Amino acid sequence: MSTINSDEVARLAGLARIDLGPEEIEKLAGELDVIVQAVATVSEVAGDDVPATSHPIPLTNVLREDVVGQTLPVDEVLAQAPAAEDGQFAVPQILGEDA
Amino acid sequence: MADSTDLPRLTAADLAAKLTAGEVSSVEATQAHLDRIAAVDSRIHSFLHVNTEEALAAAADVDTRRAAGEELAPLAGVPIAVKDVVVTKGQPTTAGSKILQGWIPPYDATLVERLRAAGMPILGKTNMDEFAMGSSTEHSAYGPTRNPWDTDRIPGGSGGGSAAAVAAYEAPLAIGTDTGGSIRQPAAVTGTVGVKPTYGGVSRYGLIALASSLDQAGPCSRTVLDSALLHDVIGGHDPRDSTSLPEVPPSYTEAARKGADGDLAGVRVGVVTQLGGQGYQAGVSAAFAASLEELRAAGAEIVEVSCPSFDAALAAYYLILPSEASSNLAKFDGMRFGLRVEPADGPVTAERVMAATRGAGFGPEVKRRIILGTYALSAGYYDAYYGSAQKVRTLIQRDFAAAFEQADVLVSPTAPSTAFPFGEKVDDPLAMYLNDVATIPANLAGVPGLSLPNGLSDGLPAGFQILAPARADERLYRVGAALEARLDQANGGPLLARAPEIEVKA
Repeated sequence: MSTINSDEVARLAGLARIDLGPEEIEKLAGELDVIVQAVATVSEVAGDDVPATSHPIPLTNVLREDVVGQTLPVDEVLAQAPAAEDGQFAVPQILGEDA
Repeated sequence: MADSTDLPRLTAADLAAKLTAGEVSSVEATQAHLDRIAAVDSRIHSFLHVNTEEALAAAADVDTRRAAGEELAPLAGVPIAVKDVVVTKGQPTTAGSKILQGWIPPYDATLVERLRAAGMPILGKTNMDEFAMGSSTEHSAYGPTRNPWDTDRIPGGSGGGSAAAVAAYEAPLAIGTDTGGSIRQPAAVTGTVGVKPTYGGVSRYGLIALASSLDQAGPCSRTVLDSALLHDVIGGHDPRDSTSLPEVPPSYTEAARKGADGDLAGVRVGVVTQLGGQGYQAGVSAAFAASLEELRAAGAEIVEVSCPSFDAALAAYYLILPSEASSNLAKFDGMRFGLRVEPADGPVTAERVMAATRGAGFGPEVKRRIILGTYALSAGYYDAYYGSAQKVRTLIQRDFAAAFEQADVLVSPTAPSTAFPFGEKVDDPLAMYLNDVATIPANLAGVPGLSLPNGLSDGLPAGFQILAPARADERLYRVGAALEARLDQANGGPLLARAPEIEVKA
């Protein structure tokens, strides 16, 4: 199995959108390497003939009537947002300059 | 009228009986618990928020309705504490995280709606490991909860606040959530009772999701009957949770009352070979063996069952949980609720704000698990990790199915050790993860589990776990109540009565 070094942690933190300082990256690399080695044993347990289970209790086709359900009052929701404007969430610019 | 300082010592069932008989009002009972919280919580830190005014108003409303002759739910007027991962309209809900500090949800979880409909005043929100990631509450962003048995030790986790609140007589009942043991393990180390229902037995609507295929809310209490009473309030189908079980559940209260006669003739109890022995503290194993003898004396047939795939459960869990968590926690992006942090320099784009917010708002364990989950789901590793873990899940379900052919319930120690001192495992994630080794298989298979206190090991409580097939939660209550009755008789009262008194603030 592969190992997790600092470069890999930095790459994963980028994918997960979490800013990490150099010390955090260093510490996580050591810890995750140990954890991954421990959990990697799962690949040796089950053979190809074993189906995967995603869900503990199988339920299929859970449908409801196609009618308007309960909604939340817009002002109550926006009151808890970091920023709001004109009845909408106010967010930073979506695209960077080079986009 | 009862002395108000004694009211918090009553079980929920006894308090409900006094309320029904008019011997005490809900305002008196609720105030007595708020007084107890004021006296001991600076020492225990079970609560992140105390909901004084609303709780007293809800209590007064119940008293008025009762006085008017209205027919009320069995637990009407009995106060309760709610884990802070469950959203409560008008009360702050943080899930133990800085990223949600100060957030007031605009809606109630379904189970909270049911508590309110049953007339149960909500005392406040209980402390927990951040986003329910942990086994000690040391990962709470707001400081740990302390174990009422020894305040230098952990109360278990993630629901250490709910378990400690019940153990410290701050609340007769509490709501917990259990993704890998977060109700049962805290119950074990605090000498209380905790139940993880069958997956889908209690609605997940309004639970801040950790791992959606594993999460399940359930009761925390001091007796098996009290958990059953609460389970009957919060359980049942909810159209707002598509994984909610559609059938009408039986009365768990009835099952607990039936069990309390202590007769288990004809019940087959399976001891799981893989969940005991090496790695389990000697005192925990001794308490477990003594409880088996009690079950035998109650007429149960004890058989040994083998579940070989359980050995891989912990590894599978620590791939499935981080994978689901990394996806579920993507919603904390600094845009719609909670914290927003702008990057220190450079362009202020949505992507960079999201990264800065999560870097500042998440604690170390949350970062660790999100990055582990991101790794497990990333290209090139998916089949080896997440795919394999899901296959292990199938094997564990098969092991349970085979075991339940031989036994009506399965049993084990709830946790391998009693409460450990703060700091002992916080820097060793793998050691911390091992606390859940006996509780995790139930979550992976969706089966229900109960922990009840079954003895002391070096003066600290140990827990006894009972597992039943999916949709057979009533067996937990019957067997649990029977064992509890016999242990109480053997010990001359509940184990919790032997906990030291908490120093009360004058």
